[in-house]
Amino acid sequence: MEGEMATLTKKDIGGFLARQGILVAFALFMIGFTLANAQFLNPDNVMGVVRSSAILGVMALGVTFVVISGNLDLSVGSMMSFSTIVVLDLHDKLGPTLAIPAMFAMTLCLGAFIGFLVGYLKLNSLIVTLGMLSAIHGLTLTYSGGKNMDIADKEGTWFSIFGQGDALGIPVPILIFLLLAVVLGTMLAKTPFGRKIYAVGGNGTAATFSGIPRARVVFSCYLVSAFCVATAGLLQASRSMGSQNTVGQGLELEVLAAVILGGASLMGGSGTIFKTVIGVLILGFIQNGLLLVGLPFYVQYVVTWIIIILAVWLDIAAKRGRLWSPIA
Amino acid sequence: MTPGTLSTILKNGAIWGFIVLELIFFTVAGQFLSLSENAFMDADNMLLLFKQSAPIGIIAMGMTIVMINGNIDLSVGATYALSAVVLLDAMTWPVFGGLGDWVIPVACLLALLTGVVLGAINGLIVWKTGVDAFIVTLGAMLGYRGLVFMYNGEQPTSHLNWTLVDFAEMQVLGLHTATWVLLIVTVAMWFLMNRTVHGRNAYAIGNNREAAVNAGIRVGPHMLINFMIIGFLAALSAVVFYAETGSVNPNDGELYELWVITAVVLGGTKLTGGAGSIVSTFGGVLAIQLLRKGLAHIGADTSTVNLVIGLILIAVLLLDRQLNVKGKEELKI
Repeated sequence: MEGEMATLTKKDIGGFLARQGILVAFALFMIGFTLANAQFLNPDNVMGVVRSSAILGVMALGVTFVVISGNLDLSVGSMMSFSTIVVLDLHDKLGPTLAIPAMFAMTLCLGAFIGFLVGYLKLNSLIVTLGMLSAIHGLTLTYSGGKNMDIADKEGTWFSIFGQGDALGIPVPILIFLLLAVVLGTMLAKTPFGRKIYAVGGNGTAATFSGIPRARVVFSCYLVSAFCVATAGLLQASRSMGSQNTVGQGLELEVLAAVILGGASLMGGSGTIFKTVIGVLILGFIQNGLLLVGLPFYVQYVVTWIIIILAVWLDIAAKRGRLWSPIA
Repeated sequence: MTPGTLSTILKNGAIWGFIVLELIFFTVAGQFLSLSENAFMDADNMLLLFKQSAPIGIIAMGMTIVMINGNIDLSVGATYALSAVVLLDAMTWPVFGGLGDWVIPVACLLALLTGVVLGAINGLIVWKTGVDAFIVTLGAMLGYRGLVFMYNGEQPTSHLNWTLVDFAEMQVLGLHTATWVLLIVTVAMWFLMNRTVHGRNAYAIGNNREAAVNAGIRVGPHMLINFMIIGFLAALSAVVFYAETGSVNPNDGELYELWVITAVVLGGTKLTGGAGSIVSTFGGVLAIQLLRKGLAHIGADTSTVNLVIGLILIAVLLLDRQLNVKGKEELKI
């Protein structure tokens, strides 16, 4: 035991810091903010942070699948606006029982379309989803005629339960987020489907030669992402009971920031649901902590910038064994 | 003659063919659908089109060279906003109180310097840490936006200098100042990429980084220079635009990166680097502006514009794949 301790070199410590750096940073943040403001670790506050991160978090779970498969999804923000608007509109036309499955079906169709383009036609995912960001935004505006959507009878419906309800003393959005995280985390870590995603993202050519249907795996990842987006749209709609057409605008990049913070590589093949959840929580707690300390909301942008770059830098520095890049 | 000659001509000509199609379509459709008395191809309308292309177009030239180099810059919208804030705010600084109208060039220089510095920060981080440019500039997009807010809170920054407004609204040989700036930037970037060592090296690095390193090209400085250029151009775009409007909101320039990338990709520049042309990007910029203006002309609203541009982007990708599919498969095996 002592021998092992003695052989702990500086490099090992550096390696540990780099590998678990995100957890260390998370712990340091929590300690720092708690010292600065005792309210920070108050259960009510913690619950509030997790609750307000739930929508972003649900979307990040799906994007993690896409990123591990070696692709990007920039369309989740405008797709979330679409789901929110559609479910609010259908709520008054069909009633909540029919509106929710109808909205899920429509969002999954969009996901399937993207999955078809990226998976089967092998188009560049960045540009396809960039195009879909714009196209779905247009679709949403056409659907709503540019008007805000509102549920007419806000009191006489059980629809608000998803965004505002409590079960066993825990807010429903948190329960949905955790449930989805557990299900998707298990799917990714414990099933053949999950392993295929890592294989496709790690080395697409090798995966193809091993008989893994690359196209179908990528297609499925976009379906998972669309499912998560639809869930996020449901939470958003149910929380606010009314919405603008641009409710999800810009969320795609925040979601991606959370996934990257969690340590998923944009090259594909690495990342886990657990780490993404940590990434989401870090973003949420930074935002909350800075507000509690009394700083305006936009300071979090600058802090997020620094943290993202540091996190990714440490990660790749550990992999190549040196801090600075070898680029001449 | 290489076997790919025909497809090369098709690809390089495609954007101009598309522009001609747009012109014909909107001219004909405008006859039946437009509520306006003027024809679509009206000279004033076309002059305005050039002017309105300038803000996106100037940045798109920078994005082209960054993408040819194998990188991407998502922070241009925030750089644009921060430079605009510096431009307008610097004109009110008491330090420059005695300068009279000479404050204008000073403020412009400060704004351009801001852009160059922000670009250099991105470039240095990409170079020295080896983190992917997508992640670095995604972070910077948030970070620089935060700086914009920290500068002046959530208030708009406003300062109208009439000499500057007159300069921006000036027409030389019929073209607006913004159009001239766009044309000069296009020519300058064309010269840089086609007639200088830096341009040739940038293509080489984007095409095959390892081969470029083996050939003795220093990758880092070239990337840094390209990031500084795109920062400069984002600032220049802000100077041109805000000289006239005189007021900037902290959210201005949001989603600019997406419009710029759309224009560049429409022009045929590859995301993987090594291929692309300044002239085609100019075509891409015009094509997008034509589409926006044309759809407005025939009475479509913004939702249709978004829908059409998104679908066209995907269609271009499909077309490009069909034209490339042979060459790519030969490479892969």
